[in-house]
Amino acid sequence: MSSTTPNPLALVAELTHRCPLHCVYCSNPLELTKRENELPTAAWVRVLREAAELGVLQVDFTGGEPLARPDLTELVRAARGAGLYASLITSGLPLDEKRLDELIAAGLDHFQLSFQGAREESAAEFSGTSTHAQKLRVARWVKQRRVGLTFNFVIHRQNLDELEDMVLLAEKIGAGRVEFAHVQYYGWAFENRKRLLPTREQLNRSLEIIKKADERLRGRIRVEYVVPDYYAKYPKACMGGWGRKVLLVKPDGNVLPCHAANVLPGMTFENVQAKPLREIWQESDSFQRYRGEEWMPELCRNCERRTQDFGGCRCQAFLLAHDAAATDPVCTKSSQRSLVDSILAEVNSAPPTAALPPPPDWLYRPNPK
Amino acid sequence: MSTPDSESRPRLAPGCRLNERSQPQRVLLMPERALRLNGPSLEIVERCDGNHTVRQIITELQKIYSKAEPQKVEQDILGYLARLKEQRALDFE
Repeated sequence: MSSTTPNPLALVAELTHRCPLHCVYCSNPLELTKRENELPTAAWVRVLREAAELGVLQVDFTGGEPLARPDLTELVRAARGAGLYASLITSGLPLDEKRLDELIAAGLDHFQLSFQGAREESAAEFSGTSTHAQKLRVARWVKQRRVGLTFNFVIHRQNLDELEDMVLLAEKIGAGRVEFAHVQYYGWAFENRKRLLPTREQLNRSLEIIKKADERLRGRIRVEYVVPDYYAKYPKACMGGWGRKVLLVKPDGNVLPCHAANVLPGMTFENVQAKPLREIWQESDSFQRYRGEEWMPELCRNCERRTQDFGGCRCQAFLLAHDAAATDPVCTKSSQRSLVDSILAEVNSAPPTAALPPPPDWLYRPNPK
Repeated sequence: MSTPDSESRPRLAPGCRLNERSQPQRVLLMPERALRLNGPSLEIVERCDGNHTVRQIITELQKIYSKAEPQKVEQDILGYLARLKEQRALDFE
């Protein structure tokens, strides 16, 4: 057992892949887990306890839609019982005030509500459902109670021009925190990338809007912004480094170092039903594979940024360069940066978004059986 | 960065709380982040309960850290509270 392995700080508990929404950029894998293969309540309760014993401070209950699990209140109670900070990452459906009160009474610390746009029509288009009005109702209910509230707007080429309205929406309701997260190109978003990646002009305008919003709202609303990394000079520190801070448990109990790791070839993942979480975190091949610096290509191993971005994202290296152990092609120093640049060139040579007709053929994420 | 009013009563914002007293490392838990607290920072955050005024927090810490320059203690506390406010960890009532 390696005594130098750091403790994870956060557990992402992906409770289910069932979801009332069908977002075209869903971060779930293309192959969704069926309901019958989901972990039972008792297994999740054990996972939460084992995570806390391993040093985890916070758990994010996510999915799919975690509210689709009837045992969510029990899991929140178990998380708090284990000493964890409990966040719910949700679309707000299906939820009523009674269930919200139960969740808060069970110890829910933080409620992160996802939005697909600032308006009903656009939100409906990207999520393949009509849910915006319900989200606004839920936001007001949460605001009336004493629990953390974050608005999470997933932004992309087709809704970036609504950014100012999104800021106003968060301000009007009074969220404590608002997160503008550019779509990351994995899973369903990778399939729909051409229509989602913003133009450089849009991106620059959005950065100005965010800067102004942050200055104006400072001390009232915490504004956070996740850039689309194709436009960055250096890669993101994906998950804070492979197997360094975060572990993710899938609906079926498989433990992954990140959301998208199941796209990587030749990787087998351990399951919480078969092994203790500590052993999986510290010793499993999947967590050891890209941990530390030994796996790094020479370019990364000799780079002073290796302790900041850890070589970037393994899944992105695989999706773009077909080599999971390559330097993330987003990196300007990478010989494969041209892969990213040619995608950007294509996006930026097209007419501006406003002149585009509505995209006719989204690939919507379905519901698992 | 605005200095908090000395008669206001800071209180942890919704979604922010201290972890259990029994834990070896005390942290301020917040949405998507956690802040390690040691010594003075813990003394300050423990008093952000909506009952203590900023003035009372300063007076109490000046007693605990009586070897430090009182004015320095005051400045450090005001700076720290302002930073926590910017991070939306505190409301001032």
